[in-house]
Amino acid sequence: MASGTLTSSEYITHHLTNLTYGNHPEKGWVFAANGQEASEMGFMAINVDSMIWSVGLGIFFIWLFAKVAKNATTGVPGGAQNFIEMIVEFVDDNVKSVFHHKNSMIAPMALTIFVWVFLMNLMDLIPVDWIPHTAALMGIHYMKIVPSTDLNVTLGMSLAVFVLIIFYSIKQKGITGFLAELSLQPLGKWALPFNLFLELVGLLAKPISLALRLFGNMYAGEMIFILIALLPFWAQFLLSVPWALFHILVITLQAFIFMVLSIVYLAMAHDHH
Amino acid sequence: MSINMTIIGQIISFVIFVLICMKYVWPPLTAALAERQKKIAEGLDAADKAARDLEAAQQSVQAELQESKARAAELIEQANKRASQIIDEAKTAAQSEGDRIKAAAEAEIEQEVNRAKEALRAQVATLAIAGAEKILGAAVDMNNHQELVDTLAAEL
Repeated sequence: MASGTLTSSEYITHHLTNLTYGNHPEKGWVFAANGQEASEMGFMAINVDSMIWSVGLGIFFIWLFAKVAKNATTGVPGGAQNFIEMIVEFVDDNVKSVFHHKNSMIAPMALTIFVWVFLMNLMDLIPVDWIPHTAALMGIHYMKIVPSTDLNVTLGMSLAVFVLIIFYSIKQKGITGFLAELSLQPLGKWALPFNLFLELVGLLAKPISLALRLFGNMYAGEMIFILIALLPFWAQFLLSVPWALFHILVITLQAFIFMVLSIVYLAMAHDHH
Repeated sequence: MSINMTIIGQIISFVIFVLICMKYVWPPLTAALAERQKKIAEGLDAADKAARDLEAAQQSVQAELQESKARAAELIEQANKRASQIIDEAKTAAQSEGDRIKAAAEAEIEQEVNRAKEALRAQVATLAIAGAEKILGAAVDMNNHQELVDTLAAEL
């Protein structure tokens, strides 16, 4: 428990509120004092904690992989290189089994998604109070350390993938080809509005489902960690350890699913029907 | 929990990370992997080649061995043949030498016999004359009766 002065619901709310900096209608550009103020800021606000952790982990990923890549030897690889190569080969195998076109962007993108999402999810395994409490001692009231429990983050990534889907669809099939694909199937040209409606829903469902799946899983997982943290201290281990062990599977799986679905969607964008 | 500018920040950072990964992370790693794959393939090829070379060498050694064995056998046979030939020659030579020696000895014996006969003949003549003197009681003149004695001796 964070402190005795908080009620359970206050504790949960506290842990699920982002540190938001934005343009408040009354106060101007400030850090939101609570979730209420943050939502009053509307779109002109930024979740500073999400951005810091997400960019920080992204930099860590790039730093680690670039360092190994720079010193990569073609001889007998060391431990770090072996580990990195294992991940790279795993991603490469997945890309090759799904994506059969020539595009040098897909595999690095898949690697970035997999490792980055995995690292963001991994923050979930850090005991829920450590970093927020440390931040509170430093005078920062809100600190949500798992970026993938922020819908903005997951939606941001899936929208980037969505833009790529649209881009490659048009690039591969031409604007007319893409529109034809959206409107002339599955029922032929006489049911054009129906086809268009169906295909557009299908198209839009891709980024939304991608983002919500990751967000939902991580948010729920985080919520359970917070609930477990509300138990008496002697009972926490009994639940948090099994849940954390199980969660190792979940975070890896979610990173993997995000990656594979991105590859599949982009492969579909390249395929001609 | 509301959508705000974080989403834009996330899109920008995502794009940047993908670009960096594309440029600095993915190519060197996959290049190293491909290079190592090539090396391993080459190593395996080399091992295969070495095995094949070894087999060929063993085969040539085997062939060489067989050839030298055959050659040795041939040499031994030749040597045996030559040895028996030498023995035969020696036998023949010994035989002829023996024959020659025997013939020489026989000739010598013959000569000796003849010589003894001559001597005996001469002595017989003398003995006959002595016998005759005794019988006749008078000396037989050696010179007068030389012809007679010689005739006698020749008849012996």
